[in-house]
Amino acid sequence: MARAAVAEPTPLVGPAASLTPGGAERHTRIALIGNPNSGKSSLFNQLTGLNQKVGNFPGVTVDRKTGSAQLTAQHRADILDLPGTYSLYPKSLDEKVITDLLYDRGASEYPDFVVVTVDASNLKRNLLLFTQLADLQLPMVLALNMMDTAEQHGIHVDVAELQQQLGVPIIPMNARKGVGVTALKIVMAQELGPPTQTFYEPSEELLPMIRQIRYYFNLHNDYLALHYAHQSERLRFLSADDRAYLAELKQQYHFDSIGLQAQETIDRYARISELLLDVVRVTRAEQNESYSNKIDRVLTHKVWGYLIFLAVLFLLFQAIFAWAQYPMDLLDQSVAWLSSQIKDAASGPLIDLLTDGILAGLGGVLMFIPQIALLFAFIAVLEESGYMARVTFMMDKIMRKFGLNGKSVVPLISGWACAVPAIMSTRTIENWKDRIITIFVTPLMSCSARIPVYTVLVALVVPDEKVLGIFNLQGVALMGLYLLGFVSAVLSAWVLKTMLRAKERSFFIMEFPVYRWPRWKNVGLTIIEKVKAFVFQAGKIIVAISVLLWVLASYGPGNALQQAEQHARTAATQQQLTAEQTENLVAAEKLESSYAGVFGRSIEPAVRPLGFDWKVSIALLTSFAAREVFVGTISTIYSVGQDADMSTVQEKLRAEKDDNGQPFFTPARAASLLVFYVFAMQCVSTLATTYRETKGWTWPVLQLVYMTGLAYVMSLLVYQLMK
Amino acid sequence: MFIACLNNLPVPASPVASASTTPRSVKDLRLGETGTICCLKDPEMALKLLEMGCIPGTRVTLNGRAPLGCPITLHVDGEYTLSLRVSEAATIMLKE
Repeated sequence: MARAAVAEPTPLVGPAASLTPGGAERHTRIALIGNPNSGKSSLFNQLTGLNQKVGNFPGVTVDRKTGSAQLTAQHRADILDLPGTYSLYPKSLDEKVITDLLYDRGASEYPDFVVVTVDASNLKRNLLLFTQLADLQLPMVLALNMMDTAEQHGIHVDVAELQQQLGVPIIPMNARKGVGVTALKIVMAQELGPPTQTFYEPSEELLPMIRQIRYYFNLHNDYLALHYAHQSERLRFLSADDRAYLAELKQQYHFDSIGLQAQETIDRYARISELLLDVVRVTRAEQNESYSNKIDRVLTHKVWGYLIFLAVLFLLFQAIFAWAQYPMDLLDQSVAWLSSQIKDAASGPLIDLLTDGILAGLGGVLMFIPQIALLFAFIAVLEESGYMARVTFMMDKIMRKFGLNGKSVVPLISGWACAVPAIMSTRTIENWKDRIITIFVTPLMSCSARIPVYTVLVALVVPDEKVLGIFNLQGVALMGLYLLGFVSAVLSAWVLKTMLRAKERSFFIMEFPVYRWPRWKNVGLTIIEKVKAFVFQAGKIIVAISVLLWVLASYGPGNALQQAEQHARTAATQQQLTAEQTENLVAAEKLESSYAGVFGRSIEPAVRPLGFDWKVSIALLTSFAAREVFVGTISTIYSVGQDADMSTVQEKLRAEKDDNGQPFFTPARAASLLVFYVFAMQCVSTLATTYRETKGWTWPVLQLVYMTGLAYVMSLLVYQLMK
Repeated sequence: MFIACLNNLPVPASPVASASTTPRSVKDLRLGETGTICCLKDPEMALKLLEMGCIPGTRVTLNGRAPLGCPITLHVDGEYTLSLRVSEAATIMLKE
């Protein structure tokens, strides 16, 4: 890192290097930065529209949102949307991304200039970050956002005076409605310089140290050098030697990082308050605030608040549970139709791979889109309107007891429909530990894919009777299964809370936004972003595993499958079975001798204590593609035929005998199997989503081991006690 | 005095009559009551609070409490509202 020792600061000219060799088109790299709730995302959406991409920042689990905007006919800009932050002293992992980018001029991503979004209705606090950026001497333009809200609050900003005081170009705007975006683009197409004003001078005693840091790292600016000292342990691009050098210097100069930061923030606020005296005129008291307050009196009321929240959850649950069913069925039928069309047109192993392997996997991916889209439509509206902050506010105390967060409520409830969108929705939880815990326990909530399994098995062993004259016994059993999942999720969260060490100190403190109407454009873009993220990132893994499972179920060692088919056909002829019965028997025997069958038989000794035989083992294995596959596999293996309805499957299961000629599915076996499905992690899609959301294999693997282990132990207990 | 607070030294409530009253924090505000921040007790928490605008000398009003008593919402300087846990509010000391 210690580069050639040139004390002269690098000249700060405009983006000369960004001229392409051809010279025809200019290309600029821009970073968008601002406080949370300053309308940064709205501005990003206005500038880039659908030209957005989501990737990763290297080495951290932070989404890297980029987009491109055409500023003029010959000038394109790549815009990087940085996480919202209140200052350049990072308090969370997300915020560290900003300093890693802006403090390393050698970084390939280093922006040509920054656009700072500032909430005009909240100038003082928003300008804190601005003054820090200005003191770094970054070329910039200030987007003075939410001018309309400021006016409604009776806050009048003298933009010309503010521009004079801050020494940067300022564009007044209202990004939510697109006002001022054109003006901003015109300014962004210019060669921008660094601000002409400075706002904070490090104290005299620190200057010798700062000079040494500047010399060592060849830095152009005192304030940047000061930040190298403050953040010597946090900046990713510093080498061990660099850190040691900085640590030594800090010791030598008795560098008190916390005290200095506190004093700097106080000094900056004093400077900002002073310069705002001539800029801001307030005419009337905050009317808008009180209207938000009035709404809050109902929406966070101790009775109405919870009832309304319950109603919102109910609606959300309906949407992803019931409404999503129509487009899901449509997708399912379309994939099935396409598959049968292909099968009619041609045949052979490659066609089987295409239809039963790839297309089935692809269908499995597409099936989730309606649920993801609906859930995120809800969440985007809740976030945009400001209601999500109220949910956190009302639920925090309860959820905190279990190591969760007020914001964990929505993912957990959504988990009852499907863990995939639910885990994706944990993005709203800023705190790393709370988010990991929520992701980890969400799949324990009984998702809709478990319902077919639950209904088949409950109906098999629980009599269809009423207890106390009103409650259906089967319904009670079903509810018990849901409760079991829920309680285990909460308890697991509590256990994890005590085991997991926080990576960062967590603060709950956050801004409590005023209520606003959601912007449909923002809602729409959120849906598109989430669907794309799922299809392209988790989707790959789902298709791959689906193909793998298909191979396991369709091929066997040597010519075992052909032999099985011959054997089945001979047996069928002897028993004089109908054509359909013959096909079912063939399918059953083929599955039995496939790799999946071999595998099922080989794990039988391990699952025997749970009361399962090799047939159930095969179903457990194929369930891994998705839990509802259980019913299909069971149908095949008991040669009922794939398309048999529930009652046929149940009859067949009831008729199944064990080695002693007794019914195989005793209450103990069924209960053990049910409990196994409550706990076991049998969903590739969920694992793929956890992988994507935690950006690594650690958590999905832990989830798989923990949940499957829990399922094994619980099933063992249930079967051994009930047997 | 602010730095003294940061270092967790005892907080002199006022130079004259410090023994008579115990210092109050934002946690002790009644609903709708306004106080002026004197200093912040927890150094690391202080950095976050300062950034969010809780500067010594700023006037804050207790705006509301969650149904279960925690967290609370705090109106800062008549400009914007923060929501924070009671344990966090307890680190914000008020002037007499």
